[in-house]
Amino acid sequence: MNEIKADEKLDLRGVVCPINFVKTKLKLEEMNKGQILEVLIDEGEPIKNVPRSVKEEGHEIIGVKRIEGAFRLLIRKV
Amino acid sequence: MAEYNIKELKAGGFMKQKEKDLFSVRLRCAGGYVRSDQLPKLAEIANKYGRGHMHLTTRQGIEIPYVHFNDFDKVKKELSKVGLEVGACGPRVRTVTACQGGICSHGLIDAQAIGKKVDKKFFGRGGLPQKFKIGITGCPNACVKPLENDFGVMGKIEKNFNEELCNYCGLCAEVCPVKAITVNGEKLLYEEAKCIGCAECVLVCPTGAWEKKQDGYAVYVGGKMGKFPALGQKVFDFVPSEDKLFETVEKTLEFYRKEGKKGERFRETLDRVGIDYFKEKIK
Repeated sequence: MNEIKADEKLDLRGVVCPINFVKTKLKLEEMNKGQILEVLIDEGEPIKNVPRSVKEEGHEIIGVKRIEGAFRLLIRKV
Repeated sequence: MAEYNIKELKAGGFMKQKEKDLFSVRLRCAGGYVRSDQLPKLAEIANKYGRGHMHLTTRQGIEIPYVHFNDFDKVKKELSKVGLEVGACGPRVRTVTACQGGICSHGLIDAQAIGKKVDKKFFGRGGLPQKFKIGITGCPNACVKPLENDFGVMGKIEKNFNEELCNYCGLCAEVCPVKAITVNGEKLLYEEAKCIGCAECVLVCPTGAWEKKQDGYAVYVGGKMGKFPALGQKVFDFVPSEDKLFETVEKTLEFYRKEGKKGERFRETLDRVGIDYFKEKIK
């Protein structure tokens, strides 16, 4: 997934549910179809909730990478 | 003054108060479901026949206290105008409780819909040694506390793993509450025996490698609170259909009616005759 270049980035570490998802959703709304958003989200509740909600909105999660205490998600806007 | 029989009144959901001739009227609100058009009528009844307030019960119901027994028929008639009726007390099946599993983001079954069906079939069923409570919860988060019920139902799923779709991202392992999944490099280890069917892995999986096969119900029996609390014990890990679930309730009630001694809660019956004997009988 390192080769994929993100068009936009959001660092949501330290941002609680469901604000982290709302911020992700709003950012995706600004973006164009097919563009890639990179988000950093905390482990625990956030990693449980955000990917699931992103999926429910119909977007694609094309990359997941663990970094210290958090995850880097790559989301393709559908 | 009209004569009344307390035992009969209790069967119909009228709870005698400390105050002479006054009763708290218990309503049948299966799954805690009350329509907004019913509430004004309840307010009207509470104002007219009670003292202008209501009580929300621990089993998702509503009671209207301070109703005089002379007004029972009038209250019943008023309630029926908005499709409501009084609940149950005494040795019979009580109003069924249910969470909002159909709309809750964690819900795996439509607990409201199933709760209403179970209530319709079994509410008020008598001839039992003691009260019998049924609770339906939508997922292993168990908000309705099925293990505190004589018969508790919990929604869960069975799933498939499609290895060819897996990219070993590790999200499933991260979110699994019972650590049934381990991802190590390009290897995923799944210990099925640990799985509680909560579907967190299915919901989080970005590629569809984890996929729901079917939903169903885990069944727990013998839970109770009161002076001698005990948690329900699992008797079925996965009941795959509604019909099978209803059949299980039916058989359980039949067993309790036959095997239970008067005044004995279902848990006490189970402890006396042994849960294995029960399992054997309802198979």
